[in-house]
Amino acid sequence: MTADADTDLADTDLVTRLTGLVDALRGHGLRIGTGETVDAARAVEALGLADRELLREGLAATLLHGAGGRPVFDAVFDLYFPRGVGVPDGVGGEADREALRARLAEALAANDSAALARLAVEAVDGFGGYGDSPGSDGWSSYRTLDRLRPQTLLARVRDEVRGRDGAGSFADRLLEDEIRRRIEEFRRLVTAEARRRAAERRGRDEIARRALAPTADRVDFLLAGKDRLAELRRTVQPLARKLATRLAARRRRAARGAIDLRRTLRGSLSTGGVPVKPVLRRRRPARPELVLLCDVSGSVAGFSDFTMLLVQALHDQFSKVRVFAFVNRVDEVTGLLVHGAADPEGLNARIRAEARLTAWHDSSDYGAALGEFTDRYADAVGPRTTVFVLGDARTNMADPNLPALQDLTRRARRVHWLNPEPRTLWGTGDSAAPAYAELVDMRECRNARQLDALVGRLLPV
Amino acid sequence: MFTSVDDVSARLAETGYLASPAVATTVFLAARLGKPLLVEGPAGVGKTELAKAVARACDARLVRLQCYEGVDESRALYEWNHAKQLLRISAGRGETWDEARTDIFSEEFLLPRPLLTAIRGDDPKVLLIDETDKADVEIEGLLLEVLGDFQVTVPELGTVTATRRPFTVLTSNATRELSEALRRRCLFLHIGFPDAELERRIVRLKVPGVDAALAESVVRVVGALRAMDLRKAPSVAETVDWARTLLALGASTLDETVVRDSLGVVLKHQDDIQKAAAKLDLDAL
Repeated sequence: MTADADTDLADTDLVTRLTGLVDALRGHGLRIGTGETVDAARAVEALGLADRELLREGLAATLLHGAGGRPVFDAVFDLYFPRGVGVPDGVGGEADREALRARLAEALAANDSAALARLAVEAVDGFGGYGDSPGSDGWSSYRTLDRLRPQTLLARVRDEVRGRDGAGSFADRLLEDEIRRRIEEFRRLVTAEARRRAAERRGRDEIARRALAPTADRVDFLLAGKDRLAELRRTVQPLARKLATRLAARRRRAARGAIDLRRTLRGSLSTGGVPVKPVLRRRRPARPELVLLCDVSGSVAGFSDFTMLLVQALHDQFSKVRVFAFVNRVDEVTGLLVHGAADPEGLNARIRAEARLTAWHDSSDYGAALGEFTDRYADAVGPRTTVFVLGDARTNMADPNLPALQDLTRRARRVHWLNPEPRTLWGTGDSAAPAYAELVDMRECRNARQLDALVGRLLPV
Repeated sequence: MFTSVDDVSARLAETGYLASPAVATTVFLAARLGKPLLVEGPAGVGKTELAKAVARACDARLVRLQCYEGVDESRALYEWNHAKQLLRISAGRGETWDEARTDIFSEEFLLPRPLLTAIRGDDPKVLLIDETDKADVEIEGLLLEVLGDFQVTVPELGTVTATRRPFTVLTSNATRELSEALRRRCLFLHIGFPDAELERRIVRLKVPGVDAALAESVVRVVGALRAMDLRKAPSVAETVDWARTLLALGASTLDETVVRDSLGVVLKHQDDIQKAAAKLDLDAL
């Protein structure tokens, strides 16, 4: 079979394309081995090149190992196996903005995805080009969407659909959201199309490397936009469940010590009374105490969202968790957490509304917060407590109050610090990270992938 | 097994499983390349059903290994029937050890478990390894060997190699990340929520009494609920349940009261219901 694949795929262009695609995917952090590439080639052979969508699914099935890589894969696939080259027949010439908007409204009202795709091509061709001289010209989705303004069509499309189907049915109240989603889809099509045209001009390898958004779990917390954050939240959501299984596994593996005689004897029945496998007594899980100290100031806004998710996850997992939030004053917020309700936005708002976190200014002050914590909540930390500090250690030039942290490390079993900034930025500007890092175990925790790995490793069993 | 992707769709449809192009393509490739198929996706989108449908479509026997925490080799692969062996030894008193040994380690005393069952024999089989993520990491090592070469070594009997590879489906809910090594041996398929058109067809197929207009509005409302960022987004199973409920209630169109009263069929958390009710402008519950 492989030999067949080799001869049939002698078409070197196809092989180059396929390996180029794989290279680009690897460049985005997806791990793809040679075996998978060979499988992908066999898939191409089995499916043929006639249907592009089948090819897309076939390559995705053979090359990907998880759902997380799919958005990147789709974008890269569009570059390496484009729908066509240049502009299809019938498109081109002078673009008429109003006429195009009218046709777009019509397609949105009819929910005709084929027409939307066609219009995206026309729109980019008509309005997306910029620059005259070779080398500085290109295609821009931003320009296209700026001229076309599809979002302003909402009311028009809504009235058109209402006029056609009649208003009053229950599902009618969903109409606006549905149209909004169709418009969002159109924007996505335009972006993909602009990327395809740009790739024709600049070479697809470069576009594949530069112009694609990374997979959700590698997005920096501090840099993520609003919709990326929502997407990210969905990837972190199962954290509590993952945590539960991981901790259970660690607890099981950690079993050592006394033999459970009853279960050993019962197990030995199947081997004729010879106890081949001694069964160990299950250890009662110790009740680890967790204390979380979270910076919720504006400078770490993206991060504190995730902090809250983490806090929720831990809260569901450990019975003794106390959570403190601070900006420049500390307050306990444990009471504001509800078991099982992962709703970071609501929680953040509640914390801001109900806890006293700021004194007379609202920039974060780690020194003051740590000092107040050791003064007011000294009883929260004992020899069985693991403390997590979550924050960027940017203390706005105020005194970092190292003795307070030292005091904390002396009394707690362990202190970990998760910092959402890249390690290279620690110590720049007003960051007191290196000073703190000398006292406690500080880790970089910039994205969901790192958070996932750290939490599983650092938590006490 | 299948001649083309369209053939897959058609034959799965005959058994009552409407496959999206992605599902059909991947099933076709899995059969063609002889690789196991790893299916992930939210609960209730028809992952297990897919394996059953493939078995029905190919007239194959379905062999199912349900994974759970603590499932081990003797539950997954094979086990010697110790009690019967003991009986055999005590029954044949006069014979030599060599005779007894060759006899008690023969087929008669072997209890094949799903993995071995799926590999032995010439009839077509579909092996379903359900909820793979629930099993312990050690079982994954076992699966690597079995799914890589489709062979099992029983020390006393020798190596059993599949003469006919079973069509293998692994399902996972992603409670735990499966190891990279296992993923590499499989084709990957993520079954998400179907698009509106396909979901309408599924509802019409599973609930024959429902009319087109009602199916359409049910699917639209469920689509809106999925866009709402709820704790548990409603799945295809819930859509079908809801259509059934509406049919039983005798509702021919959706209106505020009907939706409010039956929202519990679609959403399984109280705070989700409240959130959805607020967004859909239902009166307070």
